[in-house]
Amino acid sequence: MAKTIVEKIFSRICERDMSAGDVMMAPVDGAMIHDITGPLAIHKFHEMGGERVFDPSKVIMLFDHQVPADSISAAELQQFMRSFASEQGIFNYDLREGVCHQVVLEKGRAAPGEIIVGSDSHTCMYGAVGAFATGIGSTDMGFVLRYGALYFRVPESIRVDVSGTFPEWVGAKDFILSLAGDIGADGATYQALEFTGEAIRRMDMAGRMTCCNMAIEMGGKAGIVPPDKTTWAYVGERRDSVPFDLASDEGASYAAWKSYDVSDLEPQVAVPHNVDHVVAVGEVAGTPVDQVFIGSCTNGRFEDFRDVAGILGNRRFSDDVRVIIIPASREEYLKTLRAGYIERFVEAGALVEAPCCGPCMGGAFGLLAPGEVSLSTSNRNFRGRQGSAEAEVYLASAATAAATAIAGEITDPREVV
Amino acid sequence: MRIWVFGDDIDTDAIIPGRYLTIYDPKELAMHAFEGTRDAFRTDVREGDIIVAGRNFGCGSSREHAPLALRGAGVRLIVARSFARIFYRNAINTGILPVVCPDIGDIGEKSRIAVHPEAGYVEADGVQYRIEPVPAFLRKIVDAGGLVPYAREIEEVETCTGSRQ
Repeated sequence: MAKTIVEKIFSRICERDMSAGDVMMAPVDGAMIHDITGPLAIHKFHEMGGERVFDPSKVIMLFDHQVPADSISAAELQQFMRSFASEQGIFNYDLREGVCHQVVLEKGRAAPGEIIVGSDSHTCMYGAVGAFATGIGSTDMGFVLRYGALYFRVPESIRVDVSGTFPEWVGAKDFILSLAGDIGADGATYQALEFTGEAIRRMDMAGRMTCCNMAIEMGGKAGIVPPDKTTWAYVGERRDSVPFDLASDEGASYAAWKSYDVSDLEPQVAVPHNVDHVVAVGEVAGTPVDQVFIGSCTNGRFEDFRDVAGILGNRRFSDDVRVIIIPASREEYLKTLRAGYIERFVEAGALVEAPCCGPCMGGAFGLLAPGEVSLSTSNRNFRGRQGSAEAEVYLASAATAAATAIAGEITDPREVV
Repeated sequence: MRIWVFGDDIDTDAIIPGRYLTIYDPKELAMHAFEGTRDAFRTDVREGDIIVAGRNFGCGSSREHAPLALRGAGVRLIVARSFARIFYRNAINTGILPVVCPDIGDIGEKSRIAVHPEAGYVEADGVQYRIEPVPAFLRKIVDAGGLVPYAREIEEVETCTGSRQ
């Protein structure tokens, strides 16, 4: 029977025929925990009678949400996780490397055909390398730490076929926001979003990560891009790997098949307070902002900062805006630094912080006061997500964020270059 | 027993804001539940209260702090037209029964509601609405009293013995 890529991954791992709707306890190839959801997962592991984790080499630990520790309680939780790592023989990236999802991919801890779980909803980002990856809660993670497996239901897939060529200063973030606007915040619940088509094949890894990252914003269990030359080149630089064919069969069964042409796509903005409340930038242009955040697992990569530098040129950011720039990882930070962009951003008036989640999760720093407005390259604009419930958050691409940071109001990047 | 009525797309940041995620005690988390978005909840909620919501309840972050906060507030039952996937699993693991009731009508806080999970329906203001059964593989976990007691009962897991559901 013709299969989707997701059905093939489960069939391959289980060495038997699996299709959408099948439920099984499937072994995982990796399990990621961080400073926010990890401590509870460890407690649950112990409550379940766990003594040794299933395979320390498959457990990925790092701290990114509240680093460097912003409170004594955060410091204690990190201390607790460090001692668990050393007692279990788990390699801990600690706070050195950056945002979990970026680090998992750039350290080669996810690869085509693998099943990876993480106790963070944006774990679906690893679909960018052709892995089946999904976010789980801490108790489920406790179970995974003990047994190395979890109950899965093989999901149906929605095929998202993307054709055309992106106009200048329009890209992956604009596309994925427009998709969220089209299918809604629960448009892919319990399903996998499979991204295909010429525009995806031409897309760099950074853009694919942005697309898969936001699958969860449509309720998706996973986002996935079938591995191609771009994927294998990325993975091959990071671990030993032998490319193999992994793609959906012709005639595979989909829950829905959506086709888009991005040739005329305009920069998109999600307006408060829903990710699926998406408009073309022109509809909100001129809205004054107090803060611009450029970073996160969604858009904190070198390619994003290259766009920011391209829009910025030799200008300054508006003095009326707090511009916070945070590379998603040490590797992305170094690339951006070596290209000279960091110096440019600092000269232009931005605050450049060390790799971490930053204002995205509204817990550590960069919080908003009542009545303030932020434009952010991150993934969620829920009420209260970045501070006060009386603040407003708009979501957009790095290019739109740069244009907005220069003008002090929401601005179409095509109008400032 | 009070009914707390919510709309569509209630996210886990609303249920428990990001600045409280270093807390793990359900009672302490409950003191911040819906802070800023529904402030009466944390002061007025009582043991045994029910949440009735629209579509996509619990969307967003995977934080288990969200169902823990609701459990700490005394909520054991949430009826919604649909749930976000991660929250649904987290709720079961935390001792909250998420009841999927796709067609439930307009429920007010003065409505009379009775939930009959075994019989498969919710009765609200005299009208019966069908509920979707808990998937069989999760039923075992619910019956065991949650994933922790379920895990304690088993020595090892048998992987890849699939069943069609």
